[in-house]
Amino acid sequence: MSERARGWLGIAGVLAVGLLLSFVLTERYHHRILTLVFLWAAMGLAWNIISGYAGQISFGHQAFFGIGAYTTVLLAAKLKLTPWLGMFAGAGVAVLAALLIGTPTFRLAGIYFGLATLAYPLIFRIVMDYLGFQEVAIPMVRDHPILFMQFEEPRSFDLLALALLGATLVLSRLIEGSRLGYSLRAIKENEQAALAMGVDAFRCKMAAYALSAAPAALAGAIYAHAILFVVTPEAVFGVLVIVQTLVVCLVGGVGTLWGPVIGAAIMIPVSEILDGTVGDRLPGIQGVVYGAALMAIMMFAPEGLFWRLRRRRAPAAVATATGTAPADREREAAPPAAVFGAVLLDVRGVSKAFLGLQALSEVSFDVRQGEILGIIGPNGAGKTTLFNVLNGFLLPEGGQVRWEGDPITGLPPHAVCRRGIGRTFQVVRFFPHLTARENVIVGAFAHGGTPAAAAARARDALARVGLEARADSLPPGLTTLELRLMELARCLATRPRLVLLDEPLAGLSTDGIEIMSAMIRRVRADGITVVIIEHTVQALVKIADRLVVLDHGRRLAEGAPSDVTRDPAVIEAYLGKRWLARHAAAHAADLRP
Amino acid sequence: MHASELAQYVVTGLLVGGVYALMSIGLALIFGVMRVVNFAQGDFMMLGMYLTYYYAIAFHVDPLLGALLTLPPFFLLGLLVHRTFLARVTGGGDPNREMDAQLILTLGLSLVITNATTMILSPMPRGINAPYATKAFAVGPLLLNQARSYAFLMALALAAALYALLTRTDLGRALRAAADDPEAAGYQGIDVRVMHGTAFGLGIALVAAAGGLLATYHPIEPNVAVNFIVLMFVAVVLGGLGSIPGAFVGGLVIGLVQSLTLLLLPLQLQNVGVFVTFLLVLYVRPQGLFGRRARAV
Repeated sequence: MSERARGWLGIAGVLAVGLLLSFVLTERYHHRILTLVFLWAAMGLAWNIISGYAGQISFGHQAFFGIGAYTTVLLAAKLKLTPWLGMFAGAGVAVLAALLIGTPTFRLAGIYFGLATLAYPLIFRIVMDYLGFQEVAIPMVRDHPILFMQFEEPRSFDLLALALLGATLVLSRLIEGSRLGYSLRAIKENEQAALAMGVDAFRCKMAAYALSAAPAALAGAIYAHAILFVVTPEAVFGVLVIVQTLVVCLVGGVGTLWGPVIGAAIMIPVSEILDGTVGDRLPGIQGVVYGAALMAIMMFAPEGLFWRLRRRRAPAAVATATGTAPADREREAAPPAAVFGAVLLDVRGVSKAFLGLQALSEVSFDVRQGEILGIIGPNGAGKTTLFNVLNGFLLPEGGQVRWEGDPITGLPPHAVCRRGIGRTFQVVRFFPHLTARENVIVGAFAHGGTPAAAAARARDALARVGLEARADSLPPGLTTLELRLMELARCLATRPRLVLLDEPLAGLSTDGIEIMSAMIRRVRADGITVVIIEHTVQALVKIADRLVVLDHGRRLAEGAPSDVTRDPAVIEAYLGKRWLARHAAAHAADLRP
Repeated sequence: MHASELAQYVVTGLLVGGVYALMSIGLALIFGVMRVVNFAQGDFMMLGMYLTYYYAIAFHVDPLLGALLTLPPFFLLGLLVHRTFLARVTGGGDPNREMDAQLILTLGLSLVITNATTMILSPMPRGINAPYATKAFAVGPLLLNQARSYAFLMALALAAALYALLTRTDLGRALRAAADDPEAAGYQGIDVRVMHGTAFGLGIALVAAAGGLLATYHPIEPNVAVNFIVLMFVAVVLGGLGSIPGAFVGGLVIGLVQSLTLLLLPLQLQNVGVFVTFLLVLYVRPQGLFGRRARAV
């Protein structure tokens, strides 16, 4: 059965078990626990969208839970609006709040994002107190109890909560299989690589944040009606809300549909039953249980129960070592003597400094359609900085980069990628928890399209580099050559017209260099222009049509490989003045016809 | 408003801020060396308040001395907690990917400490009857609450002692080396794990002592941790995550902001001023007012 079908079947299974429990249980207290399990699972899934898939840990997600609860209850109390509509109004307000909070906050990375989110529920809590909403009771409407979500039948609330859980599961499943889902996981695993593959990280995070705010708000609204009856700032914006959310996710496992469901199914009944039996005598028992659970899970299974169980079932997917079918090793015909097409990329006077170190100063060169341009230079010459300027990671202080005549300086990396400039990295930047195929799919989504189309493009790209056999392996299990080929495939899947390859031959064996070189020629043969950085000249001389030499951020020389490698200035840059002086005579002899 | 009234608010804010500063440098030390945001910092502060309280009740120890006497036991407690829990899980890696086990572990620890204290000691607030808590020094037109003044001076002295330890001793140099580059420090024969434990112990001890000083004028209850941990986060971010002088100044700023907010907003909204300052600093200068090391964006 395919992974996808299993996902939907799993959701159906969760709902079936939920329904069954709802109909089997008879005691009101048991229904309360069931409602809580569903609600916290849904809340956990909501948090999981932004913090699990996208890895942006939100410590303030109760902000949306509380907004949902307060909006719904205040609309009912003040305007007599039915909570059936009010809760969607609450979800709307929460989405709006997410967009407002996210806009400044997603400029922050890592722990700074988490700390900033912490502040919002604290502020909301104080403001609610101040506005006189310390206790807002749900208005009793005796004549239309159903219209105001006031059920006699305890089963009603767990069915309502189950419906929310089902909807959140479906939402999460849809995200997982979509372009957004791949983009979010790529952002979590390696944001820079994601940007270079055309992922608009900011928009993706905002979308995920907004999508995760809505179910959180609905959970808050239902919680208010099913459990609280009187909404207080502490009950909906308080620490316990985020603690329960974190506990169900972290115990169950983040970044998956099933983690929050498993976590809620275990943790909520345990804490409720303890609270119900000894809570009177030991008032903090719930907090102790949650805290101890967090500590225990971090010490013994920090990835969460779901991932731990899955790993045990499928022990470290043994590499299907059928070896890479290397691309044709025979050297392809030499390119037609250096007559290339129009100027594709025009670099003019580009300068970039870091804290006084001039990494690039007034570098200019052209890249012509169909050529392989090598950029060489000793370590620290500014080669990678140049690529970072070209693909939009860095903004140059001076100069301009034109792509087919249009200025692209200042475009963000994802936009540069979508224009048709792909890149790879000096140290391969892969998404470690995505298979080789999924890594490539992230690139294949650069221009949108359906998941099926992206999967097809990814398959083609993997076939082009001869890596089909390893498509289902995780990157940490691949060899250096395979990683470099996978990164190339990922880059090709973005359908580039120009590729920037940052030391694609580094760390490869002699055979590996042969294979990679052949692959690069083939990429060019397919009509893609290539710019390669290397600091070892030897390998590059064989594949490049033309070389640009950088030294200390300046363009030192430019021309055909054979000329450039004999240029005394170039030799000096690599080997120093003294070497040059000592070998000058020999060199001069060498140059004589 | 008279200038003297404004001066009174400033002085009051600074006095309170001194104790915030002491709490915050403990948190900053732990973050600086271990790269871990310790969510349980407020709980150790709360335990420090209780220990000072019991010193006063059982042995009639003056809370100012009691606060100092919390240092050794909490240093040992910190070592123990580090060895038992934190050292056994991963953490402190890339500061941009802080979703690590140590962070969550300290969050769990915080929940356990607050709630277990509630269970064992009851949520009832207690207080120490320090004779100087209700007296004030008159300096010109200004009134300086005596308890807060003593606490401020002690906080200043302890912060100076930490600074001297870090800059003047071999242990301090080893701590800073372990903070700057754990791998290179390891090659120089510094046991990074021991340094982490030491930093954690020192950080906990400092915050416990700050708790003791706070106890001279603040009610002692299990829930006190939640309110103060947020203030510490704010102070530490304000000063630049991991910077100890930064955290100290950050603490003073928080005291000032709290005090001056009262001029503009009603008492209930006092902390809104603090949180808004926090967000503004994060958004405008995420590396903090003084930080340069931790990269935020």
